[in-house]
Amino acid sequence: MEKIKSYIETMGWPRVIIALFLLSMYIMAPFVGLNLGTSISDTLIRFGMNAILVLSLMPMIYSGTGLNFGLPLGVEAGLIGAVISVEMGLTGVFGFWGAIVMAIPFAIIFGWGYSQILNRVKGGEMMIATYVGFSSVAIMCIMWLILPFKSQDMIWAYGGSGLRTTISIENYWQGALNKIFPMADKIPFGEIIFFGFLAFLMWGFFKTKSGLAMKAVGANPKFALATGVNIDKVRTKSVIMSTMLAAIGIIVYQQSFGFIQLYLAPFYMAFPAIAAILIGGASVNKATVVNVMIGTFLFQGILTMTPSVINNLVKTDMSETLRIIISNGMILYALTRKGGKKNGK
Amino acid sequence: MANKGKKFLINNIVPIVILIMLVMAIPMSGLSGGYLVQEMISRLSRNSFLVLSLIIPVVAGMGLNFGIVLGAMAGQLGLIFITDWRIAGMEGIALAVLISLPIAILLGIIGGYILNRAKGREMITSIIMGFFINGVYQLIVLYGMGNIIPMTNKKIILSRGYGIRNAIDLKNIRQVLDRSMVVKVGEFTVPLLTILIIGALCFFIVWFRKTKLGQDMRAIGQDMEIAKSAGIAVEKTRILSIVISTVLASIGQIIFLQNIGTMNTYNSHEQIGMFSIAAILIGGATAAKASIPNALGGIILFHLMFVISPRAGKELVGSAQIGEFFRVFISYGVIALALVLHQWRREQENKAERKKMMEIQLSGGEE
Repeated sequence: MEKIKSYIETMGWPRVIIALFLLSMYIMAPFVGLNLGTSISDTLIRFGMNAILVLSLMPMIYSGTGLNFGLPLGVEAGLIGAVISVEMGLTGVFGFWGAIVMAIPFAIIFGWGYSQILNRVKGGEMMIATYVGFSSVAIMCIMWLILPFKSQDMIWAYGGSGLRTTISIENYWQGALNKIFPMADKIPFGEIIFFGFLAFLMWGFFKTKSGLAMKAVGANPKFALATGVNIDKVRTKSVIMSTMLAAIGIIVYQQSFGFIQLYLAPFYMAFPAIAAILIGGASVNKATVVNVMIGTFLFQGILTMTPSVINNLVKTDMSETLRIIISNGMILYALTRKGGKKNGK
Repeated sequence: MANKGKKFLINNIVPIVILIMLVMAIPMSGLSGGYLVQEMISRLSRNSFLVLSLIIPVVAGMGLNFGIVLGAMAGQLGLIFITDWRIAGMEGIALAVLISLPIAILLGIIGGYILNRAKGREMITSIIMGFFINGVYQLIVLYGMGNIIPMTNKKIILSRGYGIRNAIDLKNIRQVLDRSMVVKVGEFTVPLLTILIIGALCFFIVWFRKTKLGQDMRAIGQDMEIAKSAGIAVEKTRILSIVISTVLASIGQIIFLQNIGTMNTYNSHEQIGMFSIAAILIGGATAAKASIPNALGGIILFHLMFVISPRAGKELVGSAQIGEFFRVFISYGVIALALVLHQWRREQENKAERKKMMEIQLSGGEE
């Protein structure tokens, strides 16, 4: 009993509750006439869509730069890559990789600029990151209107200027990662393998010298400084990594979803990703690959299961409201935990 | 003297830049001066109360309180009930305020308690808190009302039998405050009663700062530790500052919505925090210092931008949409910029202090 209690304590009550809630959803599913197999496969598909976006938060958490509320910035870089790839008419695997290759230089530039801001505001990163993310979305809205894209599949069909709000990539690179694997419509092997590959790289990176330096900066900046680590440089590196991964993450998301969503779509993308990593057991200054995997699975599981189960149970779709409460409740819980630097004066 | 001028420039860089931009954009928009003045009078009377509700938490060192959306939600609950009971006119407004008062106090206590657990990151926490309580609000209004909470007015209930409609027509109380005492100044109409209420709030803030409680808050805002050792109940006072701000915001939202005349049940409150904070920051406030002139001047600058940018965008680049996005960019960008400047300045101060300490301890450290 004591053991269970201490285990729950380390996990944190909200996580236990959410895990039990999800479990009860799966147990209830067959009774309300849902196919359990389909439910799990839906959860896996959404896991594949979102996992890399959640993973992208890790480097910045490690270096002590906080939860990356500026995730939309990286997403915008990914969107630029995606529309360039479509403009060039690349299809299939080439289209997918083309989008990533195009996106990365933008992600590096954006990430560098972003890090220069964040390095000047140590202690207030999260708040400023939120608004850097928001303003980047607004400025890119203008860009989508004025950039000279020509592809018929992307611009408005009758007059009007600029790109459409949603661009279908069905004829380009939808499902590019999964198509070569069997049962592509049930289990997204391609995305899971790709995520595993990136997560492995990340895990490996934190074993290298610069990875350890990043960890040190996050854990104890004064100690890191004393051992001769250039704090600003390490933070810059972590921010660029996060931004790049966010760009890759959104491209993976799109190739699974089948649409590129421009304009205001990236606005609130940071919040579900942050909620997911926190549900997985991360805190404002600590996160692991396992946190990412568990968190994404739990969060996406709840998003998939609650609408269908609750809908069948009480004939009301409360999923959107529950999503708001769960994801923001989780972020709120993490922000109000003790620990993390106190900067209040 | 030159140094003083430079300091003034640095401290007021945000309003100055915006003012220069506006001066360039106004002729381009082709809008007449008279139209703009009238527009500003009505927008000042509509928004001032909300923006002024931000000041007290800033004094208490809790930064810009995005949690005023909690108050806005309380105000909207009041408005839903009076519309349901079909109570019109001044009585309607008064009752709405009365209903929202206990809700706002409760939400303020919850909010203050949460923010006390997140010292040093109050602002981001207050944003997320707004999102979270918004979820609870949706749960109550969209699923609870007409179901658990009895509703009598079929007009505001969704066709499925429970839940409030997306838009509520507030015709019973539309512009009741604004129209009850109208003064004509030249060609402009001035809603005198609303302005008097705002003036009363300004006096209240000035007076409040001089009371014992206000002084305590100021002390906490300057240094929490010192305030604590001076025997001030830090936690309680901080909660109180959030309660006051939330209550004021609930009244502010009622004033705002009686002017607009319709309420978007699920959206009206969402943007309030962002718009009000952008306005006060454009007026030259920071997360550590905000005054009544900051609030009022900020509203004028922010809303001039609001009115002008779609028109100026159209004239300048041939697209009103670009102007509109540009305005959105400016409102978020200004918040980001103001926060960066504030944080940066604080860092410089800390650095200078640390350097002194380091020099003593290490006889010449790096930073």
